[in-house]
Amino acid sequence: MNIIISNNSAKPIYEQVKEGIKQAIFSHELCEGEILPSVRSMANELKISFLTVKKAYDELETEGFIETIQGKGSFVLPQNLEMIKEEKLCQIQKHMEEIAHIAQVSNITKEEIQELWKIVFKEVL
Amino acid sequence: MKNSIEIKNVSKKYPGFALKNINFCVPEGTIVGLIGENGAGKTTTIKALLNIISSLGDIQVLGKNIRKHEKEIKQDIGVVLDNSFLSEYLTTKKLNTIMKDFYNNWDEKKYMYYIKEFQLPENQLIKEFSSGMKMKLKIAIAISHHPKLLILDEPTSGLDPIVRNEILEIFRKYIEEDETRAILISSHITSDLEHISDYIVLIDKGEIKLDKATTELLENYGIVKCSKEDFEKIKIEDYISYRAGKYQYEVLVADKYEFRRKYDISVIDRPTIEDIMLFYIKGGKA
Repeated sequence: MNIIISNNSAKPIYEQVKEGIKQAIFSHELCEGEILPSVRSMANELKISFLTVKKAYDELETEGFIETIQGKGSFVLPQNLEMIKEEKLCQIQKHMEEIAHIAQVSNITKEEIQELWKIVFKEVL
Repeated sequence: MKNSIEIKNVSKKYPGFALKNINFCVPEGTIVGLIGENGAGKTTTIKALLNIISSLGDIQVLGKNIRKHEKEIKQDIGVVLDNSFLSEYLTTKKLNTIMKDFYNNWDEKKYMYYIKEFQLPENQLIKEFSSGMKMKLKIAIAISHHPKLLILDEPTSGLDPIVRNEILEIFRKYIEEDETRAILISSHITSDLEHISDYIVLIDKGEIKLDKATTELLENYGIVKCSKEDFEKIKIEDYISYRAGKYQYEVLVADKYEFRRKYDISVIDRPTIEDIMLFYIKGGKA
């Protein structure tokens, strides 16, 4: 599992921890039922406070990604990945509709948007 | 969560210096960093906590009153003091035989393991050790009887960054081994505490000025940088303290997200623990 923490990022550290774990779940690197590292061991490894890791774990639990059992540890819950993907696609579609709308009003062509799209994808992915 | 240390309304008066009604806790499973300037009261607090000096108020260590159960408690804690004294004419091996008599739980195997792990020579006199080696030896002595609590006064001061990091790593391992353990660590090297502590307690002129989760300080606190005109618009209850410069004002705020919602000032930096300490001690308030 990769968890990259940047101190210069505007994103809070616990968000960065959360994203790393989520990504590992989505990519099946962490599978259903698998145990996550203890809060303290992850905190030590990342050299951050255990409260930061705890916050990340707590939020992952409320979001339904993991389950914490007192005295045993935190486990990855079964994920309906298809459903999550569907939801994400929905979100993306909404953003795209907005883009299309802006383009239409400002007389920006499809080709120009696609050109932009390529640049953005290269930078982000 | 249980508390490994509870300090309630603790006071101590010296001519020219006093601890004034100190209150703070070290919860089980956590590392608490005690910061402050030289002479702010860090060592006095630790000495009161260990009943090395008399004081007023209530002090509970591992759930017991330190003044009533001192001997019992001290079997279960490990301590490194700034000026703790080791005879220069001993070797690590000889120290083992001495420490065996001090602690009921002294674990010879563990001690020899640490000596090896920290790469300390077995048969060399301590006076030939570097300051980093001496500190590692003090730590080995402090943790070889399986203490439930470590109390460390300036364990990293005067050491180079490599050794300091090695020492912090020892503390991380110690607490990971058993999550009911706890550590109180005082330091004026705040960057060390930034990467190891779960809570920060700031003491200044014998008073606790701040007691917060390290996460909150690093993630929610912010340093707003703005013009004098913008500064004058900020309400007094919305900031902690400020520093006026010739070209800019720097303002410490406790919740940068809330601040952003209220004010139209865009430059807000993430503070270090050192920044926060400076603002609390040296910053002004209108």
